[in-house]
Amino acid sequence: MRPSPHSAPGWFPVWQRNFLVWRKLALPSILGNLADPLIYMLGLGYGLGAMLPSIDGRPYVAFLAAGTVCASTMNAATFEALYSSFSRMHVQKTWDAILNTPLGLADVVAGELFWAATKSLFSGAAILVVIAGLGLAHGPLALWALPAIVLTGLAFAALGLIWNALAPSYDFFMYYFTLFITPMTLISGVFFPTDQLPGWLATVGAWLPLAQGVALVRPLLAGEIPADALIHIMALLATAGVAFVIALRLTRRRLLK
Amino acid sequence: MAALAVDALRKAYSGTEVVAGLSFAVAPGTCFGLLGPNGAGKTTTLRLCLGLTAPDAGTIALAGRAIPADAQQARARVGVVPQFDNLDPDFTCAENLLVFGRYFGLKDADIRARIPQLLDFAGLAGKADARIATLSGGMKRRLTLARALVNDPDIVFLDEPTTGLDPQARHLIWERLKQLKAAGKTLILTTHFMDEAERLCDTLIVIDHGRKIAEGSPRQLIAEHIEPQVVEVFDEAGGRLAGFVENHRDLAERLETSGDTAFFYCREPRPLLARLTEADGLRYVHRASNLEDVFIKLTGRELRD
Repeated sequence: MRPSPHSAPGWFPVWQRNFLVWRKLALPSILGNLADPLIYMLGLGYGLGAMLPSIDGRPYVAFLAAGTVCASTMNAATFEALYSSFSRMHVQKTWDAILNTPLGLADVVAGELFWAATKSLFSGAAILVVIAGLGLAHGPLALWALPAIVLTGLAFAALGLIWNALAPSYDFFMYYFTLFITPMTLISGVFFPTDQLPGWLATVGAWLPLAQGVALVRPLLAGEIPADALIHIMALLATAGVAFVIALRLTRRRLLK
Repeated sequence: MAALAVDALRKAYSGTEVVAGLSFAVAPGTCFGLLGPNGAGKTTTLRLCLGLTAPDAGTIALAGRAIPADAQQARARVGVVPQFDNLDPDFTCAENLLVFGRYFGLKDADIRARIPQLLDFAGLAGKADARIATLSGGMKRRLTLARALVNDPDIVFLDEPTTGLDPQARHLIWERLKQLKAAGKTLILTTHFMDEAERLCDTLIVIDHGRKIAEGSPRQLIAEHIEPQVVEVFDEAGGRLAGFVENHRDLAERLETSGDTAFFYCREPRPLLARLTEADGLRYVHRASNLEDVFIKLTGRELRD
């Protein structure tokens, strides 16, 4: 038996490997990804929301729901690209095994990127289903939130892979969360409108990838076409593309020196 | 055409040359040994040959392809048994083979058809659905060997394939490697076990500090580099060895001492043996020289960490 030429792109079997592992552990994984954000969304949305005025004519829980979709997408992609990719790269040496085959490092890192984005899609979509069930999503436009989730997931997966390439150990990832993810979550309009922030901070926030995702998802869930949609889409794509190239370079320096 | 041809290969890390002008060729269908103490440059040489790192100078041709330029095409014809097991712990034996076959662009149906035969070869028939955590060290090694064969490679790299295995497991691996060679595959082996190299290798090179210091078949190397007989003398009572060595060093062509043991390398050991039967407090072993003696002569007795 001789190997047939590749019919699928090189990243696909890497993605497929991760998918097969996930499928074995799917139920606990889905529940774990879903429970935490939903508890916050329902608790804050209905509890805190009852004391708050409506935002743009809609209840606070609807505002928070859109933010929760994006924040969960970000978290799912980030966790996968940090902890899980690091396990495969550094602890299990799965990447080393793959690099002994005809696949190259670009295939491995791209496979990880698309896999982390896929996981974020599972996570974001699951929350979307719950939101729709609660009557917080309006009309068929809400379905367009799915591609917006994928774009957000790709951007955060690629950013996470940069940090993964630099990490000496798991402890290093804590910095990424405390220095980048958590502050970004607070200034990207997930929990409250950014016009509550000092002007300069709101401007910074608007440039961050999470805000780009929120700017797409929130109007879509409200049944509106997002303003400046193309800019937000291009910003997320550019973040994903540039971050992927940097991540690949750094990973090459780490593994193939 | 050689299965692997390396010419004037050089690689330095932060100013230190790890591979310093290495040249060798491996004939197809043979077993080639790459020997050397820890830190001699073996692993770096293997990584260079597989195209996993770029050389500073020199050329490599693997399976007829230029490395690293065409490394991905070359690796399609190559199997690798790495030094440390990197099987997928989340998968069963069969899933490990399936997932690995996909990396070669093989169709699922083709891989599945091949799995029983691969597991059988590895002595793992009936373990298709066993999880990796339930396998012994020897079984994991054999599964790693089966995994390296999933693409039916022409060339198999084995980086210390029997390190950490018990004698039974080691003998089974040797048996399988001989079968692979009989089937026409080229084997490229690194090992610290000189008896392993002596049994398996048609030719081998010894490298140290990134340079080749000897090359030939195990028999040639023994004949070329060392006296054919060794008498090892051990100090049992304490304090007797030094005197014995002092008085009888002219009975051997070459003498080495290491702790409480003296190694007399001789062409004609009988006079020495006669003296030893009379000596008190000394125990001795008389044996033919082997590759380990050559290795130690060439690379010294000091520890390399």
